[in-house]
Amino acid sequence: MSFLEEFQRWSFPGVQQRIASSNGARVEQALSRSAGQLDADDLIALLSPAADAALEQMARQAQATTRLRFGKTVLLYAPLYLSNICYSQCTYCGFSYGKDIRRLQLSPEQAEVEAGLLHAAGIRHILLLTGEAYRESSINYIGDCVERIARSFASVSVEVYPLKTEDYLSLRWRGLDGLAIYQETYDPRRYAAVHLKGIKARMEYRLECPDRAGEAGMRRIALGALLGLSDAASDVFFTALHARYLMQRFWQTQISISLPRLRPATGVDDVASIGDRDFARFLFALRLFLPDAGLTLSTREPAPLRDELCGIVATQISAGSQTSPGGYSDSGAARQFEIEDRRTVRQVADALAARNLDPVFTDWSPALK
Amino acid sequence: MAQSDPQPLVIAGRSFHSRLFVGTGKFASTAEMRAAIDGSATEMVTVALRRIDLSRPLEQQDLISAIDRSRIQLLPNTSGARNALEAVQLARLARELGGGNWIKLEVTPEPRYLLPDPVETLAATQELVKDGFVVLPYMHADPILALRLQDAGAATVMPLGSPIGSNQGIRTAESIRIIIEQARVPVVVDAGLGAPSHAAQAMEMGASAVLVNTALAIARDPATIAEAFAWAVLAGRSARLYGDLHSSERMPAAASASSPLTGFLGRPSQDNSGN
Repeated sequence: MSFLEEFQRWSFPGVQQRIASSNGARVEQALSRSAGQLDADDLIALLSPAADAALEQMARQAQATTRLRFGKTVLLYAPLYLSNICYSQCTYCGFSYGKDIRRLQLSPEQAEVEAGLLHAAGIRHILLLTGEAYRESSINYIGDCVERIARSFASVSVEVYPLKTEDYLSLRWRGLDGLAIYQETYDPRRYAAVHLKGIKARMEYRLECPDRAGEAGMRRIALGALLGLSDAASDVFFTALHARYLMQRFWQTQISISLPRLRPATGVDDVASIGDRDFARFLFALRLFLPDAGLTLSTREPAPLRDELCGIVATQISAGSQTSPGGYSDSGAARQFEIEDRRTVRQVADALAARNLDPVFTDWSPALK
Repeated sequence: MAQSDPQPLVIAGRSFHSRLFVGTGKFASTAEMRAAIDGSATEMVTVALRRIDLSRPLEQQDLISAIDRSRIQLLPNTSGARNALEAVQLARLARELGGGNWIKLEVTPEPRYLLPDPVETLAATQELVKDGFVVLPYMHADPILALRLQDAGAATVMPLGSPIGSNQGIRTAESIRIIIEQARVPVVVDAGLGAPSHAAQAMEMGASAVLVNTALAIARDPATIAEAFAWAVLAGRSARLYGDLHSSERMPAAASASSPLTGFLGRPSQDNSGN
């Protein structure tokens, strides 16, 4: 059993059509329900353009729910790119195979040095990333990096190519507690159109990846869709269904969602741009549908928007990020995407504190792995 | 006219159009029991194995032959079992005698309140699932136990509303609400439902079905009250599906702030009227 079974009960164009044709009365009905008591139809209503007129009410309900479940805290973390070598050809990605960019893979020793810079800045939750290069960035290599970095960090997650259950298990033994895996888009037609080559072209294998991580007992799993690839509201709907499914099946695992908006990288031009109001509506709808899901904002988003959304709905944000391997020590390698919020970790923490929010750096203990 | 349920309840691949399950204990006579079953229009009837002579085939016995098994799923139960071992033995005996592989698991070591033993219930569920049974465990309204039973392969979970035979209705509502919210199998509220309104409440809360026994067995007219329960289950289910039930739980409107939360997002675009 996996999410694939639930996924196949829905059609992407069907959901898209239902979102487009929702109406104000249906939105009102959805908003009359308590957070966590919404069904798929309610979620469709809140994701629809018809919900824009109720945005302020959604924000208030989302904020009240967030405060009840998470309090006035926001977890800070940072990404560490281990490698930008990649065999997948994803038309929208700065690391895509065949792009003429400066490629670099850190040695585990270099990764530890980079991590040390983040540690000095106060970061204790770290996300290690590689491209989809299973030879260069082998399980063993990833494990070596995890093991070194886990010595001084409270929580280590990876965002790498999809692995098998036994590989996740072996990484857990070496100190890994979290996985981030973005489906990018749940629209099968668009998925096929933008993933031309590599393991990533196998949509179903990727869809089932969080199931395999859950089977390995991963303590936290982060999901997401890259907004702009296909109909954004529909992608948010499927992400939410996926998260709900995982929360039910792997009830001991913390699930979080991130909705990166696709930003310019080398040679991408065929994506829709998602406005701030729509983006905020998606996050509010997710909060009301899944009161306990972590909601993550990356440094792709500009500082003022991140600060405002942390005051309403976001529960974890990256800070002080660099998106190239060796970026924290100025290696000069190519970035995956451009950053909007260039503040330091300290500046981000201070901005949260100024809004009466507690910036949390440590929310886990390696003893709990 | 009640709206019909667009989705039958499915348990282990079998569809049920009635979401009212009925027990067979405590009736004054087999005739009254049969009348209650007919009045309820139920499709799932549970029978205590301890009330049956396990030395003879089940079909030759009054209690079983009163149940039309072409229409009704027979659900033998293990009431009286004090631990997992006894429950598993009872279940296997019932299967050998032609009772089928569905079992309502009851492990109740304490005879006064007949509260289910969580530790033994979990152990018995694991054993019976491995042995090919469709297991419907009776349990306290404990959300974590519900999750553990689902992990073990239970076909439903059956949390109690209040102690068996107490007719107190749903005293465990908050925990049942959490169980329903987290469930990936049908949730059947079992025990303690003393009036049709209790059954309606369970269905409004989102239960998949209810099981009623004592309230029917001790009624002056079991057939009529069984019918009333059937209507109540339909009413509660319709309200859940089509009603606006959550107005009383509505998020309190925050005090009107001088500046709106979404001011930073600018004004809505003109074509978003929503209709």
